[in-house]
Amino acid sequence: MLSRRDFLQVSMAASAMVGASGFGNWARLAAQQALTQDQLLEFDTFGNVSLIHVTDIHAQLKPIYFREPEINIGVGGNKGAVPHVTGADFRKLYGVEDNSPSAYALTYNDFTALGKAYGKVGGLDRVSTVINSIRAARPDALLLDGGDTWHGSYTCYHTEGQDMVNVMNALKPDAMTFHWEFTLGSERVREIVGDLPFAALGANIYDAEWDEPAEDFAPYKFFERGGVKIAVIGQAFPYMPIANPGWMFPEYSFGIRTERMQEVVDEVKGQGAELVVLLSHNGFDVDKKMASLVKGIDVVLSGHTHDALPEPVLVGETIIIASGSNGKFVSRVDLDVRDGRMMGFRHKLIPIFSDVIEPDKAVSALIDEQRAPYEDTMSEVIGETDSLLYRRGNFNGTWDDLICDALMSERDAEIAMSPGVRWGPSIMPGDKITREDIWNATSMTYGKAYRTEMTGEYIHTIMEDVADNLFNPDPYYQQGGDMVRMGGLGYAIDVTKPQGERITDIVMLKTGEKLDPAKTYSVAGWASVNEGTEGPQIWDVVEDHIRKQGTVHIEPNTSVKVTGA
Amino acid sequence: MNLTRRDAMALGLGATAVALLPLRASAAADDAIAAFTGGAEAGEGGITLTAPEIAENGNTVPISVDAPGAVAIAVYATGNPTPGIAVFNFGPLAGSQMASTRVRLAGTQDVVAIAKMADGSFVKTSSTVKVTIGGCGG
Repeated sequence: MLSRRDFLQVSMAASAMVGASGFGNWARLAAQQALTQDQLLEFDTFGNVSLIHVTDIHAQLKPIYFREPEINIGVGGNKGAVPHVTGADFRKLYGVEDNSPSAYALTYNDFTALGKAYGKVGGLDRVSTVINSIRAARPDALLLDGGDTWHGSYTCYHTEGQDMVNVMNALKPDAMTFHWEFTLGSERVREIVGDLPFAALGANIYDAEWDEPAEDFAPYKFFERGGVKIAVIGQAFPYMPIANPGWMFPEYSFGIRTERMQEVVDEVKGQGAELVVLLSHNGFDVDKKMASLVKGIDVVLSGHTHDALPEPVLVGETIIIASGSNGKFVSRVDLDVRDGRMMGFRHKLIPIFSDVIEPDKAVSALIDEQRAPYEDTMSEVIGETDSLLYRRGNFNGTWDDLICDALMSERDAEIAMSPGVRWGPSIMPGDKITREDIWNATSMTYGKAYRTEMTGEYIHTIMEDVADNLFNPDPYYQQGGDMVRMGGLGYAIDVTKPQGERITDIVMLKTGEKLDPAKTYSVAGWASVNEGTEGPQIWDVVEDHIRKQGTVHIEPNTSVKVTGA
Repeated sequence: MNLTRRDAMALGLGATAVALLPLRASAAADDAIAAFTGGAEAGEGGITLTAPEIAENGNTVPISVDAPGAVAIAVYATGNPTPGIAVFNFGPLAGSQMASTRVRLAGTQDVVAIAKMADGSFVKTSSTVKVTIGGCGG
């Protein structure tokens, strides 16, 4: 007799071969310039429940370019495992043909050329069209938002998230969980959440004073869909007060809280849940570990680390879905739930090719309405670029190099530090850089650019500390950001070493001299998590720098030597 | 480390008072544990220590211990200058053998919990709690 795991493996094989997804099958279509909306949306409705997952939109209402990472290193048990597979290896793993639309959507190679052929991605009006088409096939499909929605743009900053709330409400989500939302400040978060027409979930959002579940956020919500009792449990980003400024939301504590998750799963099962869905902002490797420790979760909708995977990953009897970022993808998961158990699935990661998918006109109008008061200011052209500007990857992207250059020249510093966040769309060579583009790469509520002095020893210590948040072999000790981007210095890193031994050969790029542990250096940076940081806003620093450059040119960065990958 | 308070403020590196490399268990910790167990070997299982993987604030880290059937549970911060945190004693009328408190950790280190059972045997568990500078979360 087939076990449940066998059923799930059959589903997995079917997904991969037939491409319920259609991934891998488009190369020929594209060659004929025939990629259509129908092909992108094609899906043989399956089972009795449909889930729609969007996550990490980072306030990108409009179509953008977004280059996937070239370097994404897995450590410990995750070495070489997805999502730590990029480029040609990724295409080989999933049978994606070079230069195909899938190659453009999922890998970094030839990004500029492919971007010119296939165009921009995302746009919440296109996302709406996809959601509507899924709802046409399955009217009671659940739409679940993994968070990092109310952060990341000029309009989002100036409306304190209201633009995103208004547009997302039009898409009618059923539940949401959180991360960057909290950097709006806890008062603003409570104000929005109080009026949300859907569930605000976080089983791990605790009252910091009493160390018990916070009353403002429910741990889970029950839905009845297709005759199935579904429990959707929320898991907010566990390390919010560490990775982001805790002083902005001092009432709350987070954490991974594996035992709590098991209790909540047991509780919903006790109440008759036939399908348990975890809407998570843990990050992919943390979700894998949690799925291996907590028994009874059927589906994890994973967010935070911005990975886009064309197939689910199976951990025990749990499937994990990763749906990308910045509005670039929507995942559809159809499930067959019988006799109180999930017995099979069909999944498709739908890339939102903006030129192929027809926008939902009502949502387009709503987006324009949010942007109208700011359109003149944010569309101002500040300069242009003859290099591709991108950020995603474990180490410096060209956007980061540009920001570090701006920090060093505008703030007269020898060394710059820029946070390894994973958001921020790409800009094509030859394109103008508008104020909006700069804000897309820098917008945050704690963006002041400080200037200070640090010893070489302390700079090294910071680099080791951040590297351990990324390369600790136990995913539970990872925070889900990339390595801090350093300007003005180069270094070598062995990702397999323990904290304190990973970073060596730190040199000042200008002089070639070794970083002197005893010497004091001037350092400029931004996104400090401490209250009272002083300095101009980072977007003003970057704008001034780009204006002076006129046309930005970024040389390939060879200052970081990586070993152990 | 040559770092002023102003530097720390400007940077948002709130961890100046904290050792930033993992702290090894000190001889003082071994001694304290030996004093509690009388040198007896501690087994595994039957004791749960709940602690965050990464502390939100190293100055006040919530932990809890649970060891059904224990007569006492001792907790140690093995990297702290004074490793002993607490010894919880449970009388025969105790409804459960669990306790929670908050501890201050000098840096990344292992927190160890040891329970003395009614038959005089010991069980032990430990958990690594990381204290980090923070920032840079994706």
